[in-house]
Amino acid sequence: MNELLMTVIDWSRAQFALTAMYHWLFVPLTIGLSLVVAIMESIYVRTGDDRWKGITKFWMTLFGINFAIGVATGIILEFEFGTNWSNYSWFVGDIFGAPLAIEGIFAFFIEATFVAVMFFGWNKVSKRFHLISTWMVVIGVTLSALWILVANSWMQYPVGMEFDPGQMRNVMKDFGEVAFNGMSMNKFFHTVASTWTLAGAFVVGISCWLMWRRSNVEGARRSLKVGGWVGLAGILFTMWTGDGSAVQVAKVQPMKLAAMEGLYDGKVGQELVGFGILNTDKVPGDDLEAIHCEISIPYGLSILANHDPNTFVPGINDLLNGVALTPEGDTINTVSYSDRMAMGRTAQEALRQYGVAKEAGDTAAMAEAALTVKDNFQYFGYGYLERPEDAVPPVALTFYAFRVMVMIGGLLLALFIACIVLGKWRPMWIEHRLALIIGMMAIPLVYVCSQAGWIVAEVGRQPWVIQDLMPTCAGISAVESSSVQLTFWLFLVLFTGLLVAEVSIMARYLKRSLSNDIEKL
Amino acid sequence: MTELEFLQAYWWLLICVLGAALVFMLFVQGGQSMLYCKADESTRQLMVNSLGRKWELTFTTLVLFGGAFFASFPLFYSTSFGGAYWLWMLILLSFVLQSVSYEYRRKPGNIFGTKVYDGFLLFNGVAGCVLLGVAVGGLFFGGNFEVSHSNLLDTSSPVISRWAPTRGLEMIADWRCLLLGFTVFFLARTQAALYFINNLRGDAALEQRMRRGVLINGAVFAVLFVAFAVVLLTTTGKQVDATGTVVDVDYLYFNNFIEMWWWAVALVLGVVLALTGIAIGAFSQSRGGIWLSGIGSVLVVVALFAVAGYNNTCYLPSNTFPQSSLTIANSSSSLYTLRTMAYVSIGVPFVIAYIAYVWRKMNFGGLSAKEVSEDSHQY
Repeated sequence: MNELLMTVIDWSRAQFALTAMYHWLFVPLTIGLSLVVAIMESIYVRTGDDRWKGITKFWMTLFGINFAIGVATGIILEFEFGTNWSNYSWFVGDIFGAPLAIEGIFAFFIEATFVAVMFFGWNKVSKRFHLISTWMVVIGVTLSALWILVANSWMQYPVGMEFDPGQMRNVMKDFGEVAFNGMSMNKFFHTVASTWTLAGAFVVGISCWLMWRRSNVEGARRSLKVGGWVGLAGILFTMWTGDGSAVQVAKVQPMKLAAMEGLYDGKVGQELVGFGILNTDKVPGDDLEAIHCEISIPYGLSILANHDPNTFVPGINDLLNGVALTPEGDTINTVSYSDRMAMGRTAQEALRQYGVAKEAGDTAAMAEAALTVKDNFQYFGYGYLERPEDAVPPVALTFYAFRVMVMIGGLLLALFIACIVLGKWRPMWIEHRLALIIGMMAIPLVYVCSQAGWIVAEVGRQPWVIQDLMPTCAGISAVESSSVQLTFWLFLVLFTGLLVAEVSIMARYLKRSLSNDIEKL
Repeated sequence: MTELEFLQAYWWLLICVLGAALVFMLFVQGGQSMLYCKADESTRQLMVNSLGRKWELTFTTLVLFGGAFFASFPLFYSTSFGGAYWLWMLILLSFVLQSVSYEYRRKPGNIFGTKVYDGFLLFNGVAGCVLLGVAVGGLFFGGNFEVSHSNLLDTSSPVISRWAPTRGLEMIADWRCLLLGFTVFFLARTQAALYFINNLRGDAALEQRMRRGVLINGAVFAVLFVAFAVVLLTTTGKQVDATGTVVDVDYLYFNNFIEMWWWAVALVLGVVLALTGIAIGAFSQSRGGIWLSGIGSVLVVVALFAVAGYNNTCYLPSNTFPQSSLTIANSSSSLYTLRTMAYVSIGVPFVIAYIAYVWRKMNFGGLSAKEVSEDSHQY
């Protein structure tokens, strides 16, 4: 890749990362809080208790403040596939475009239509229709998550398609496999459950703040209960599906798993790093220690990856060199990254020959070239790499992000259990100053956890925009880096300004709620 | 006609309909551009809250328009969006600013103040309409780009679509695209005035002003539309001939209307309905002008999109490398994807049905200043 192109790649990646991270600040709260609001309104409709109506409206207002900015960052994300990743859009548009269109048809319109009823329909439609509308919003935002996560997981696990050398792109062959493979379903449930966790922590944190300020204590207690249960359900489900994710990553993205663990040389019965400081000087192939001050859990990674303590988990060096071990410790050869690069280049050369044969009208040569492309296509993307080490993701960021995610996830589990248990049997303990501080801390922690999860998923899969088939550098648009730089800074200023405005509006609203009875909203 | 050709035509029709729906829904943007026109604060408040209950539908239609293009004609998505970078970025920017402005404009603690958010709405109201019109103009008057699939194998620079360094700004500078942009803008303003007449209650002065607005904006729109029609029907377009070569054809779009007369009928019917709707809004006491005008504008836009894509017409002509021009045949998704998405599209009528049902329920009895002031959620 020439230097100029590298600059465009870096800025395009930075811009997409910026947009995605900002988007993921707002969207999980939208998805999770919609569920919280729907549960609260259901209680109101079921019990007829007007205090629940006030509480519902209180959280609905916070939902509304957050909703708009999630929509704003979302549209940029969708169109950036075209503006900044145009080559990607052609290479896999035949497959990737479908979930985005379905998201538009079946999810966004549900959201857009019923959210208006949710906000403005209290005096316009019946109580029952309003409740249905609120649940329709929950369904809409969840369906939206489904289709975008189907699209995302397909990039990490490209199935249900084949390469068409005549059109130089991938075409869909099995929509069911694209949409409903194990990876996409697991990712969907994992991510949606994480939004419940985030919303649960948000509700718990705000409720604790209200109690801290001795304002709307009864409303806060009720909210805390709902938030606690939603959060607990969310974190348990997130952990369960996270376990499933680890197994799938071990299968289809072993390099990502190795980076998550800072593992260079794997073994049978591989331990899991519980604590450690990554040696950032280490590079593949050297003899330096990978992790300092390591405290590990015996057999942990083998269990996590394969649900079997006596299995081999490959490290970065093993993958690059194409070696693995049997449970008995015998070495077996897999495809090394040098071989993958050779196969990728063979596929690309055969594709070139296919084009020549097509121009010459030589159908026999076309068929032969197409066969060679097909035989080597699974490593097509490696043909763009300059050296095997280019296929190693940024290890430090992936390693630490994974640990941050898991550690905070554990803390949140304890918090939600404490919320529910103490709420039931020791309600006064919850209102202790220390407990309230811990509750409020849940808000920043859950956001860090949520962002860390996506860093693991997206940084850990580098350099692939489509696993093994297209590296990030081959997916870009031919735009000058100055243009992308300019839009990057523009979006940075804009999104930051809007984030500050959002937080400020929420803070002012919450302050105002100190002097108002939220149950009478 | 093969199944693939049928599905390509079917999906182009859906693009036509979505494009038309988007143009109709731009009444929200048209309304935003009217907020500063001699309106006092309470009137502006009523207008904003009326539009604010519909902004997400316009926004969603735009997103779906993009998504449908991606799914059915990915080469357009790849070429136009990646090429006309600045044109699309400006459109996106205007819509991002819009999406937060309704919710934030009057909320305490919004940092920037109400006027800034209203300024964002104005920017989106004007720039959103004009630039979307310019982008649609590109379907007729083209851009400066090249598509070469074999670039994929150039590992040092593997991008298949390359646009001129002007990055779409040349389309904004093209007076023909701008003419269409301003035609769309004044149509949006006309529709907005008709929407306000239909939706708002209890403000006779505003209603009178809107009826005048229908007349003035409708007249400007009619003049601009006639000018655009003359330009379009006399322009030289690009078409694929029997040998598969892209050639210049004089009066291409006029010929397309002659050869596909049913689209000419749709166009004329649309114009008649739109003008009737405008006349009703301007000269009668009826509130229903928007429906006639809306159906009319949808028919007109569908007809225009149709002649841009059907009959082997290049719907994104390349002015610098004509053989790179995009047609619905060379830019579409595969047969499997188009077929799958065709099954998905069966759900669209249900979507339209629930939107219509909710629209009717929420708009029943209109919106008054009293209702806005009593509502717990306000923009």
